[in-house]
Amino acid sequence: MPVIEAPGVGHRYVDRVVLAGVDVRLEERRVGIVGANGSGKSTFARMLNGLVLPTDGWVSVDGLDTRREGRAVRRRVGFCFTDPDAQIVMPTVAEDVAFGLRRRGLSRAEVRERVDRVLAAHDLAGHADHPAHLLSGGQKQLLALASVLVTEPDVLVMDEPTTLLDLRNAQRVSRVVEALPQQVVLVTHHLDLLDGFDRVLVFDEGRLVLDDVPDVAVPYYRKLMA
Amino acid sequence: MTALGLYRPGTSPLHRAPGGLKLLLLLLAGVGVVLLHRPWPVLAALVAVVLCYAVAGLSPRVALAQLRPLAWVGAVTALFQLVVAGWERAVVVVGVLAVLVLLAALVTLTTRTTELVDAVVAGCRPLRPLGVDAERVGLVLALGVRCVPVVVALAGEVRDAQRARGLAASPRAFAVPLIVRSLRHADALGDALAARGVDD
Ligand SMILES: Nc1ncnc2c1ncn2[C@@H]1O[C@H](COP(=O)(O)OP(=O)(O)O)[C@@H](O)[C@H]1O
Ligand SMILES: [Mg+2]
Repeated sequence: MPVIEAPGVGHRYVDRVVLAGVDVRLEERRVGIVGANGSGKSTFARMLNGLVLPTDGWVSVDGLDTRREGRAVRRRVGFCFTDPDAQIVMPTVAEDVAFGLRRRGLSRAEVRERVDRVLAAHDLAGHADHPAHLLSGGQKQLLALASVLVTEPDVLVMDEPTTLLDLRNAQRVSRVVEALPQQVVLVTHHLDLLDGFDRVLVFDEGRLVLDDVPDVAVPYYRKLMA
Repeated sequence: MTALGLYRPGTSPLHRAPGGLKLLLLLLAGVGVVLLHRPWPVLAALVAVVLCYAVAGLSPRVALAQLRPLAWVGAVTALFQLVVAGWERAVVVVGVLAVLVLLAALVTLTTRTTELVDAVVAGCRPLRPLGVDAERVGLVLALGVRCVPVVVALAGEVRDAQRARGLAASPRAFAVPLIVRSLRHADALGDALAARGVDD
């Protein structure tokens, strides 16, 4: 598994501290992140691919610094957002999946082959030429996920990927995530998604307040929220 | 819901023709049509375009659907020309408008956005010395096509939210939340593009 290092990182927007003193080294296959709204989860998740740069400390993935080697980091770290509509950037399904493969020096045939394979794996093969906006919410999120996975990242960071989905679609996404060989860092409010995870980080008001296995961290978080 | 002007898969000669060629022909035909000044040639052009739809395997319903957003503008223009300049002029002006819209829609209906974008990118490449980033132009074009249904959906949600709160239809009460949500969407889209390596 890749190694994500964040020794003593913090972030502030202008003079407002939203994350402070987070000191972790992530090398487990499944890492969960929970916390109340505004506790800094997204800020931390975005630091892992250099979308947000720490104002204190540094973050690296497999020794690559997110500030100096952002491009190389983003090639290794795929990111899945909450709102699928905002991540689908191309008008049709197959085009969106192919988008991440441009400028990778692949031939048209190779692109086609990889796109078809990923669409089939996500039950989207029949929708290749469909306009993305006609998909259901769940299908859109699967498309967003397929578009990230087609680039074969080593790490997948997901920021509340099931928050906007109904239970059935949330479970579909969860099953896809479960089957991934990659390292996954998952921010979620759906606590049952964390079953079988190796490690869960609990954030509260910009601080990492607990870092433990789910059996300890999830009950702690429930109590914190009660 | 008929997706206006959005690619419809097919195998017709029009589908298989290169995107760049189609864009070039669209440009030439557009210029040609605008030069027509008599009603009969304009009507002939209209018939020719409808025949092209048939060749592409697109039903007259699809062709008509492309014109629907223009119905009001067309009707008002027709009436105005009819009163001011007579029926011949009205036929020419409205006919040319219809031909242009139908031709443009025909290109987008039979060409994948990616292919159109590639054609535009190739066409922009000679402009590089002038500081034009062809890749950028192509990306903006594709994003534009993608954003239309998103903004339409946002507008629907804003309207529904207002109805649910019993607010009367007011342009400002509609525009402000729509602009705010569109900007928020643009922001999220920017993040998604960065995450997918656009600036790299
Ligand atoms: N771009 C920004 N500018 C200013 N403040 C921000 C920005 N993004 C997030 N914040 C603030 O940072 C805090 C943490 O946000 P976030 O990391 O999104 O939390 P979470 O994902 O846990 O809900 C919140 O108080 C939020 O308002
Ligand atoms: Mg968040």
